[in-house]
Amino acid sequence: MAESHYIGVQGVHKAYTGHGRTTVALGGVELHIDRGSFVSIVGPSGCGKSTLLQIMAGLLPATAGDVLLEGRRLTEPPPEVIYVFQQYTRSLFPWKTVARNVAYGLENRGNLSRKEIAARTREYIGLVKLDGFESHYPWQLSGGMQQRVAIARALACGPDVLLMDEPFSSVDALTRVGLQELVMRLWRELGLTVIFVTHDTDEAIYLSTRVVALSKPPALVAVDLTIDLPHPRDQITTRELPRYLQYRHRLLAQLFAEEGLPSEAAGVATAVLAP
Amino acid sequence: MSSLLDYIKKSRLIGVLFIAALLALWELSATLEWISPMSWPRMSSVVVTLWELILSGELLKELGASLWRMFVGYFIGVGLGVLVGLLMGSFRVIYNLLEPITEFLRPIPSPAYVPIAILFLGIDDEMKVFMIAFSAFFPVLLNTYSGVRGVDPVQLQTASTFGVKGSKLLWQIVLPSAAPYIFTGMRVSLAVALIVMVISEMVAASNGIGYFVLAAQRGFKVKEMFAGVVTLAVIGYVLNRVFVAIENKVLAWHHGSTQQQKN
Repeated sequence: MAESHYIGVQGVHKAYTGHGRTTVALGGVELHIDRGSFVSIVGPSGCGKSTLLQIMAGLLPATAGDVLLEGRRLTEPPPEVIYVFQQYTRSLFPWKTVARNVAYGLENRGNLSRKEIAARTREYIGLVKLDGFESHYPWQLSGGMQQRVAIARALACGPDVLLMDEPFSSVDALTRVGLQELVMRLWRELGLTVIFVTHDTDEAIYLSTRVVALSKPPALVAVDLTIDLPHPRDQITTRELPRYLQYRHRLLAQLFAEEGLPSEAAGVATAVLAP
Repeated sequence: MSSLLDYIKKSRLIGVLFIAALLALWELSATLEWISPMSWPRMSSVVVTLWELILSGELLKELGASLWRMFVGYFIGVGLGVLVGLLMGSFRVIYNLLEPITEFLRPIPSPAYVPIAILFLGIDDEMKVFMIAFSAFFPVLLNTYSGVRGVDPVQLQTASTFGVKGSKLLWQIVLPSAAPYIFTGMRVSLAVALIVMVISEMVAASNGIGYFVLAAQRGFKVKEMFAGVVTLAVIGYVLNRVFVAIENKVLAWHHGSTQQQKN
């Protein structure tokens, strides 16, 4: 398979049936993702962003369509793809210490010795700067620290792809900046492919090499932007670049139009940034 | 002075003093023979009798026989309760199969089963162990089932993103997650097991603490009878304290996190 088709989402439909009604969340999403890219998925709330991500993780079956990983059809969660949940308080195992949580993925790979597991656990706890908290339980940590444990746990088993579902939506603004920097640094250092769902267009542009906006359900790809901003990025100066503001304009106009929010720009959204 | 009052209000001392007062009242009422000494011996004489029974080894022998039955029955009941509870919580078809019969059998008071159990198992240990296991089974079953149903789907999905599936999910996620519920059931079952142990020994036995209390009463050995009842009170108290200590150790994570949520 071609390198440009590392992950392929082909005509993915998802319909839910409940209370005698069928709701179509995804209406045939097409998306091809390159290895090593950082792709954010934005869209109006309830548009099926998280549903799409769970289908890409193999956690949820699609009603129709396929997800391909290096050309292989996904039928169950693949070992090289790890999903990081929005609800870190529920995703961490409360009966395990920080170190045991981080070791969880490694222990279930089944091919590592105790010593290797302990060494890697230490390494990744260090990577998210939680040294000294190894024997704490999740409830003893702040929200930002808990999410760092979840990230360390995901990265410790050496995935190629990290799927993150609004991972920073429930932490305060400063903690969020810290976590954004952490994820961007790890993405660059470890050569990961990251697919990142967020409702925050600024976060999406700042972090990503590409931003995909979904439409209202039944969701389709409405906007697909390549983010051509230099690395390393800076929380203050990158966000002041004219190109950054153009991307922001383009995405917000699209989202506002979808949600029916008033904006002068909404009507002329397509005129901006035409290649 | 006010700090002493505060201390009395906050500490459990007042409860201990209340017990002491009731014991003193017992002693007084028996000494003054408000009630016939035939059925109401002095508290101090019961303590002396209890001490003599301990020294002679008679009480410990009866107690040993009782506790052996109780623990064998209790652990069989708990083991089966957890197993069936896990199955009912994990597989809808097993739930549908067993839920009606459970709801039918559970409300019948355990002592009502004793005559049936005697018919099939005789009056020996098998009957008593069966009765204890049977009674301890239901509270654990129901709580385990609730615990399994209450497992957070996010935790199951988390395990599955790490490639964990099948019976490993049960051991790694479902069981620890349901542990607080299972312990609640086990604590209820412990009290039930003690009750059923005494009842089954009173109905049909030639040893054990339940038999001892009933035999003492029939033989007009009232002091021995009271000594037996006091022993049961102590055993019940100690068992509960040991249980709570184990639970606090095993579920330290749970108590910590629930405490956190309250703050």
